[in-house]
Amino acid sequence: MDNNLIASSSPHLRSNETISRVMLDVLIALLPAAIGSIWFFGLDAVILISLAIGAAVISEWICQRVMNRPVSINDLSAAVTGLLVAFNIPPTAPWWIPVIGSAFAIIIVKQLFGGLGHNFMNPALAARAMLLASWPVTMTNWIQPGTQVSADAVSSATTLAILSGDSKAALPSLTDVFFGNVAGCLGETSAFLLIIGGIYLLYRGVINWRIPFTYIATVAVFTLVFGEAFAVDLDPTRMIYHILAGGLMLGAFYMATDYSSSPISARGQVIFGIGCGLITIVIRLQGGYPEGVSYAILLMNLAAPLIDKYTKPKVFGEVK
Amino acid sequence: MSLLKTFKNGIGKENPVFVQLLGMCPALAVTTTAIDGMGMGLATTAVLLGSNLVISLMRNFIPDKIRIPSFIVVIATFVTLIDMLMNAYAINLYKSLGLFIPLIVVNCLILGRAESFASKNKPFKSIIDGLGMGIGFTLALTILGIVRELFGAGSVFGLDLFGKSFEPALIMILPPGAFIALGILVALLNWFKNKKATRA
Repeated sequence: MDNNLIASSSPHLRSNETISRVMLDVLIALLPAAIGSIWFFGLDAVILISLAIGAAVISEWICQRVMNRPVSINDLSAAVTGLLVAFNIPPTAPWWIPVIGSAFAIIIVKQLFGGLGHNFMNPALAARAMLLASWPVTMTNWIQPGTQVSADAVSSATTLAILSGDSKAALPSLTDVFFGNVAGCLGETSAFLLIIGGIYLLYRGVINWRIPFTYIATVAVFTLVFGEAFAVDLDPTRMIYHILAGGLMLGAFYMATDYSSSPISARGQVIFGIGCGLITIVIRLQGGYPEGVSYAILLMNLAAPLIDKYTKPKVFGEVK
Repeated sequence: MSLLKTFKNGIGKENPVFVQLLGMCPALAVTTTAIDGMGMGLATTAVLLGSNLVISLMRNFIPDKIRIPSFIVVIATFVTLIDMLMNAYAINLYKSLGLFIPLIVVNCLILGRAESFASKNKPFKSIIDGLGMGIGFTLALTILGIVRELFGAGSVFGLDLFGKSFEPALIMILPPGAFIALGILVALLNWFKNKKATRA
């Protein structure tokens, strides 16, 4: 009886929300898109995804052993990063692209800055930016879904490249863009499958609506009103293309919501989402690249500490 | 401090780039190849030797209040000399280093040595200090240049190492590569140092 009177130190209530459970939820949410990428791009997708995840997990293990940190590959966070790296590379990439990308994401962006929860920007996106800067041709070599790199690859252009006028190819139909039957990075093509995963994450409470909603809404409003080079021109079709094509769904649901590199406060998250949207729009409509989601999120990642500083809630009773 | 210690100080314990993190502008900007890094290091060393000697000789005449402008005038004189000499005898290096040769004037390593060493020590000792710091700087820039050239272009000192199938990571010869390479080198160096310290 006496034992019941001893109070241990807090926390007294534990939820069953653990790192590995959250990461497992993210993996489950990404599963439809992963299966979709295998459906669209075949064996190449299987190989690239396995290589990226394998390289990420092995890099994490080696890094933590060398740095004398507890090995935490079982929390699945490295696997999530690896999968996201794979989702950000084109299906034509040679085998070493996902390996170098995952190793860069884990070793340099994640572990060297202190491991899980200490990365100052999204590791997978940083890896994408690094790969794109290093091998610009390899990283923008797109093919039609359903064709194999080894046999009958039909080179193609991404929907956004066609929209921005960089490519003269015919614009794919909205249904194809929605379900993902278009050229693009492995995991970004199917808005439909990504939204299913996103809804699952929202339902599970892993992410909240603020960043994805404000991000996508900002892009929607601006692409409804503005065309290429910010020419005012109302066009709902263009808006739908801009929302569904490219990496917006992948970025808004899975990468902008990264806990450690996005703001904590509710107001901060809204500012973060709008900022991501604005930078994406500026790059898409005015900048030199057809797609701007990755750079938008990376830039806002860097601004996250500042946003947190200025949106800090007032302490109750505090007088300035 | 003995002469030998003064000399070794600049190469190891107080290496301008890896320990003091001085002269970051040339260290990050011109180390795209090993040759450029070494050229910039040697040019800086030459200026450092000259400025350390002259400032040490004049240390008793320079009024304290205007010492920084005086140091800058001395340094700028030597930089102009080096600039003209390189233009005459090493035209390729001169072209690839470009603007960064006149910018040696504002390299804080040189002003730092003038302020903290040459203005307080005898001429010969100042030369030794300049030599040590210069060699340390050259070594650091050459190592940085080798690393960046190796990964960014697949060669070392212009010598192709990996053959045609190797696709170099362009990022290493772009500005982000400079920061990544320097950060990792400094981290590795500190890691070794800590290991040595804990063992001893």
